[in-house]
Amino acid sequence: MKPKMLTAILVGGAIMLGLGAGASAQTPEVKIGFLAPRSGIFTQLGTDMVDGFQMYLDEHKGMLGGAKVKFIVEDDQGKPDVDVTKAKKLILQDKVDMLVGAVLASSAYALAPVSTAEKMLYIGTVSTADDLAQRQISKYPYLVLSGWVPSQPNHPLGQWACDQGYKKIVAISADYAFGYEQMGGFQQTFEDCGGKIIQKIWVPLGTKDFGPYIPSMKADADAIFTMMVGPMSLQFPKQFRASGNKKPIVGGGTSYDEFALPFMGDEVIGDVSALQYSAAIETPENEAFVKNYRAKYGKVPSYYSESNYAAAKWIDLTLAKHGGKYPGPIEFINTMKTIKINAPRGPVSLDPETKSPIQNIYIKKVEKKKMFGYGKDELWNTVIKTYPAVSQFWTYDKAKFLAQPVYSRDFPPCKYCE
Amino acid sequence: MMSQTIKIVVVVLALVAFVIIVPTSGSFVVLLATRAMAFAILAMSVDILLGFTGLSSLGQAAYFGVGAYLTAVLATKFHFGLGWDFWLVVVLGMLIGAALAAVFGLFAIRAGGVYFLMITLALGQCVWGLAYRWNSVTGGDNGINLSGRPSFGLDLSNEVTFFYLVFGFFAASMALMYVLIRSPFGRSLVGIRERELRMQILGYNTWLHKYIAFIIAGAFGGLSGVLWAQTNGHVSPETLVLTTSVDALLMVVLGGAGTLIGAVIGAAIVFGMREYLSTLVPWWQYALGAVYVLTILYLPSGLMGVPARIRQARANTAAQNVVEANKELATKT
Repeated sequence: MKPKMLTAILVGGAIMLGLGAGASAQTPEVKIGFLAPRSGIFTQLGTDMVDGFQMYLDEHKGMLGGAKVKFIVEDDQGKPDVDVTKAKKLILQDKVDMLVGAVLASSAYALAPVSTAEKMLYIGTVSTADDLAQRQISKYPYLVLSGWVPSQPNHPLGQWACDQGYKKIVAISADYAFGYEQMGGFQQTFEDCGGKIIQKIWVPLGTKDFGPYIPSMKADADAIFTMMVGPMSLQFPKQFRASGNKKPIVGGGTSYDEFALPFMGDEVIGDVSALQYSAAIETPENEAFVKNYRAKYGKVPSYYSESNYAAAKWIDLTLAKHGGKYPGPIEFINTMKTIKINAPRGPVSLDPETKSPIQNIYIKKVEKKKMFGYGKDELWNTVIKTYPAVSQFWTYDKAKFLAQPVYSRDFPPCKYCE
Repeated sequence: MMSQTIKIVVVVLALVAFVIIVPTSGSFVVLLATRAMAFAILAMSVDILLGFTGLSSLGQAAYFGVGAYLTAVLATKFHFGLGWDFWLVVVLGMLIGAALAAVFGLFAIRAGGVYFLMITLALGQCVWGLAYRWNSVTGGDNGINLSGRPSFGLDLSNEVTFFYLVFGFFAASMALMYVLIRSPFGRSLVGIRERELRMQILGYNTWLHKYIAFIIAGAFGGLSGVLWAQTNGHVSPETLVLTTSVDALLMVVLGGAGTLIGAVIGAAIVFGMREYLSTLVPWWQYALGAVYVLTILYLPSGLMGVPARIRQARANTAAQNVVEANKELATKT
């Protein structure tokens, strides 16, 4: 085995040398270090992320804003520890100009201090967390969260649910920070509007059998709020409908995103969820994006793909303002704040203070239909209502919002649970 | 047969070469080496249990985790351990690892073999669950960010300085553990590994011996965790998931159990593949898997077993020659 490993290292080294020698000094070059899981349980998410970014690069012949892009992907294995090492590798060895990517909230938390210590721009395209984008953002001047904030789509969703006339809702959610933040957002706006969350059920991350939880759900609810991720998203609606429960479901974005949708059965038709992206947004930009992506990679893009495609566009436009020369992190972020991009998901701009996105939030309903000229009946997240230019603070006063604690298992408290 | 002194000289020379060469090799390699050394302390602590006492623990990440969380919580909540008091944190980290092992040992040491494995696994998962759910202290799934490394005359935020510090702890831990396993106490552990009943008949309190070994391993696990937290600047439940324990165990098996240095070699190979080879090629996991499989198939005593196997092969051919010579003699007479 040893000689094999040695050969691998030698070959790898030779390739790297070759690449280094090939770079020309004529056009300016920008090195982008991209972190995404390429192994482990989050590999597929990582693939969508890389594909999204790569597609934008390919469409622009590897150039962003007049600069030749050296796109270096590192496998973070979906572990925050590895994120730190790989980020340092990208910074110290490859001398990248910026870091982009990562999936998990804990990855964003781990990378934020690295960005501060190394004075390195880090654009979190998927990885995000409420507190990081709110109370802690001032600690991290080189951090931008271009994708979203977990509670952001759920504020409008709570309002929407209330507008439907739902009075009592039972909430069931994955038991971790990302779930707390999504459910917290939903609960806050829903209850501020006069609704009542009458029960909260926390299920462990990765639950495969909801049998013990479904019968314990209170019967007098008007609707169910769910916040599931990964295989849980597939399993919950299946078991819930099989139990004969016909109550409407409103869900956090990841419960019905395009990542899960192709694997779902007809039982999810009519379920509603909210996110900043749906593959079924009917705009020419999105239609082109979906068609190109599907032709190239054989699947409908998810928000993981879109978010990175959009980030590539944002980098493109920002660099273009500097003539293709990377101006340094602070200057780059300042320019980024002045640019409103037109992404497949719609117009996106940055909140100058919290460097988090202001964007449309879509309330989506799962429908089985033909879209964009594809011949087959498929499940799509049809947009039924658009809340334009939603910030992470929704309609709340920023200072007041920041004065309350971060959404957690116990906040907002469940006032109407018995 | 190499004498013990020669072995020690070889290891010391290798370490000296390592500490001279690595800092000149670029910052990323320095960082990798630092991580590998911090983790190698954990792997060696596993070796004390697996290699010398014959107890395969799947819960070693628990002590690693409490050490790491202790460092992070003290630094962020109490601003403790950012100057000279870093040394106190090191001591506290070892104490908390030992204390936790002392509690867990009461449950685990009663069993042996696969039952010991299951109990340590369960206890390790308890600590993971605590880290995951005790939001007010551990930050839950998001973990805790350290604001920076300690500074006390030495500025540890410099990677090379920090490398030397971790190297110091690593070398000292290795020396301490070596002294421990060569001591009469260490010898009696090997005796327990080989035949516990005989040791009992000889009058040894084998339970107590195993219990103490368990606590010592826990203390080194805690130390490893303190260094790990400072290396990454971030602690999350991911730090002490089951795979951390499994990794440590695999490193020991890969390098060769019962050799201490084998655990270090195992750690070096696993870190080299997982964090260096992975930056070069996408198929690094196959390479790592192949290393594991080939080691188990052909080198049950790990990479450290290679010299012994070569010697054995030579001895076999020599023995074969003698047998053949004897046969020849027999046919002649």
